[in-house]
Amino acid sequence: MSSANGTSAPAILSAHRISKSFGDIPVLFSIDFDIRPGEVHAIIGENGAGKSTLIKILSGIEQPTSGSISFDGKTVVLPPNGAAEAMGIVLIHQEQNLAEHLTVADSIFLGRELKRFGFLNQAEMRRRAAAVMATLHVAVDPDARIGSLSVADKQMVEIAKAISRDARVLIMDEPTAVLSVGETQTLFEQIRRLTARGVAVIFISHKLDEIMELAQRVTVLRDGQLIATIGTEALTPDSIAQMMVGRELSNLYPPKHEPDVDAPVVLRVRNLSATGVSDISFDLRRGEILGFAGLIGSGRTAVAEAVVGLTSHTGGQIELDGKPVDFTQVAQSVDAGLAYMTKDRKGKGLLLNMGLQPNLTLLTLKKHMRAGFLDSASEARALERAVRRFDVRARDASVAVGRLSGGNQQKLMLGKTMESEPDIIIMDEPTRGIDVGTKQQIYHIIAALAAEGKSVIVISSEMQEVIGLSHRVVVMRQGRLAGVLEGAEITESEIMRYAAGIKQSGHDERISA
Amino acid sequence: MSASAPDMAAKPARGFRIDLKTAGPLVALALLVLLGVTLNENFLTYNNLTNVLARSSFIGIIAIGATFVITSGGLDLSVGSMAAVIAGAMIMVMNWLIPSMGIGWGVVLAGMAVGILVGGVAGVGNGMMITRGRIEAFIVTLGTMGIFRSLVTFLANGGTLSLNFEVADVYRPVYYDGLLGVPYPIIVFALVAIGGEIVMRRTAFGRYCAAIGSNEQVARYSSINVDNVRLMTYILQGVLVGVAVLLYVPRLGSASSTTGVLWELEAIAGVIIGGTTLKGGYGRVWGTVVGVVILGLIGNILNLQSLISPYLNGAFQGVIIILAVLLQRGRRR
Repeated sequence: MSSANGTSAPAILSAHRISKSFGDIPVLFSIDFDIRPGEVHAIIGENGAGKSTLIKILSGIEQPTSGSISFDGKTVVLPPNGAAEAMGIVLIHQEQNLAEHLTVADSIFLGRELKRFGFLNQAEMRRRAAAVMATLHVAVDPDARIGSLSVADKQMVEIAKAISRDARVLIMDEPTAVLSVGETQTLFEQIRRLTARGVAVIFISHKLDEIMELAQRVTVLRDGQLIATIGTEALTPDSIAQMMVGRELSNLYPPKHEPDVDAPVVLRVRNLSATGVSDISFDLRRGEILGFAGLIGSGRTAVAEAVVGLTSHTGGQIELDGKPVDFTQVAQSVDAGLAYMTKDRKGKGLLLNMGLQPNLTLLTLKKHMRAGFLDSASEARALERAVRRFDVRARDASVAVGRLSGGNQQKLMLGKTMESEPDIIIMDEPTRGIDVGTKQQIYHIIAALAAEGKSVIVISSEMQEVIGLSHRVVVMRQGRLAGVLEGAEITESEIMRYAAGIKQSGHDERISA
Repeated sequence: MSASAPDMAAKPARGFRIDLKTAGPLVALALLVLLGVTLNENFLTYNNLTNVLARSSFIGIIAIGATFVITSGGLDLSVGSMAAVIAGAMIMVMNWLIPSMGIGWGVVLAGMAVGILVGGVAGVGNGMMITRGRIEAFIVTLGTMGIFRSLVTFLANGGTLSLNFEVADVYRPVYYDGLLGVPYPIIVFALVAIGGEIVMRRTAFGRYCAAIGSNEQVARYSSINVDNVRLMTYILQGVLVGVAVLLYVPRLGSASSTTGVLWELEAIAGVIIGGTTLKGGYGRVWGTVVGVVILGLIGNILNLQSLISPYLNGAFQGVIIILAVLLQRGRRR
């Protein structure tokens, strides 16, 4: 197979039969991967397919459990902690790694400052930084503070940093996730300039049209398995989507109750706009499970947080049981029977240094008061009920919640949310980072809630989960509602088409690749 | 499982540490008392102990307020200067009221009310700037610390504000007398301590303070009005500074630019020695009481012996504070 730019040079970096396990959990199975000088090689796959782990291994941040890495034809063990940068393998992270208070020149030379007589040679660093930025055709002042730059310019600084280190392999983890269309085009021009100079680029993106435009080869991962490595000319966005998701649903999911089409709409959202999202409209019926699918950063959480009043919205209407509402405080939505369960259980959901009981009742402490004082006996009864209902397993109730397993934390957080006895529950990534047995328990709890007449919104980046649970699925893309799927339309490839922007709401129009 | 093996191995060590965590300040207090008894037979006399406790009660009452502020992740550096301003305001108001109200308890009660009011208003000011203005507590209270200190110097015209002698005579018993031989400051200190412990342990407010100090985001997502709870802690702090000062004014009957100097550090030190975490998330009022008493006893013991200069009082207090934080960190791991 020859790559598009005609080079059939030997691979500069290659991985042979790479496997990786974290503890007992295997995440990569015998992956082969290689990249040639001057090539753009894209890696795609669903969330959790193993892309991030693979690039961490390719950049030395993680060591493979088995298998080997060759660089320049020689088998090597890549040094950890980013020291592989000295060999010319540079990883540009999804979250940018620049110190906000340093200048552009400082950042580019961070860790290998130029010195004269033991003092920093500011003038020379500034001059060279300007030269590197000039080769990239980027108009950024070397003296500008990083914090004052746009996200796109920060990315250019990262690339400049990589080039000034003579990068031979540049690994970019979803570089376009935060860029506008124009900025993306500028980035692509830079990448093409780099590849023309013989730099090899490994590129992760969820956006299939971008991959078709930029990459010569595509490697598809699914559940830690290598599905295929194919030249882009042999691919269509549809066939990539097929390869990414082609998988059958297991019986993890409880049977779906037929949704009642006559059930009243309990939550109606019209033209909602808030930070990061605009013009969102959807209905939620009683007893319905409504899935929210989309890529990470597509704005699903922002919609939920605006609806419950965690963030303010700039436009649109929200109706609860037909009555217009405008929550400015979370306490108001909780009182109205609407509860939101965060996806960030460690950062926003649970007090990790405290025991089970204060965590369970924190949202609903008012229920456990007697004559103005906390009634710890009532709290203890609530904990006992929740432990039984949600099967929370802990050595004893005083153990700090931070010491519980992820699954037990998740079940405790679910218990905490349900303590407010909501009629509508918005669950954000309800099974993130937990084992499959606990997942199944949570799926059954969700189905049971809907069966008893509660309405549930499930935001999830795991597509099978959305499909296995939901009566209808809202797909979001880049802060907008891309489409609503019902019944037989709810398939992984259909969701992927909307999520990746191949298909738009209403029509089958293709976005040109 | 790999997770459970180190669990088992670490268990005996952890059990020991948890013991130290709750009992640490009490053990230190017991050791100090033992040391005091060995060094001087007068140490354990009723007079000496009530004297130490009465002197500690000002710092103690302020430190109980600071326990709530620190537990919720805040800090108030202004309490010492605030105390001076409150003392100055009380004295000025009482002196000013004498012509209209005459000498008597009326004037004193009015002065007390002013003290509490000024403290509460100062707390509102600190709290509003921190919560609504979104300025760090350290910066805000560092600023108000300077403002209050300078204000009292200005009010006293660089000298001393003195309470009218006759009113001072009426007011005197509030510090020097007591109930059944227990001085009033100790009684008030005890009442505030018991009330504070109940509020911290048994009310939603106390639980919210710990939750906010532990993780503000979690608190916000749990529908807690974080700003209001924070504001309340600073108001409570201000009111308690007011309470402390109205016990303090009858002791000297004057206020000057040196009134309450370094009280903020003693209060914070007492809170930390008592086992409340400086970063917030965990606080206990009874620990603060023990911490403040420890600080008081160090000074007292140094005064009662002749081997070490009492001028080293501050050095010993400093060592104790650092040791307390070292122990806190040890038990975190």
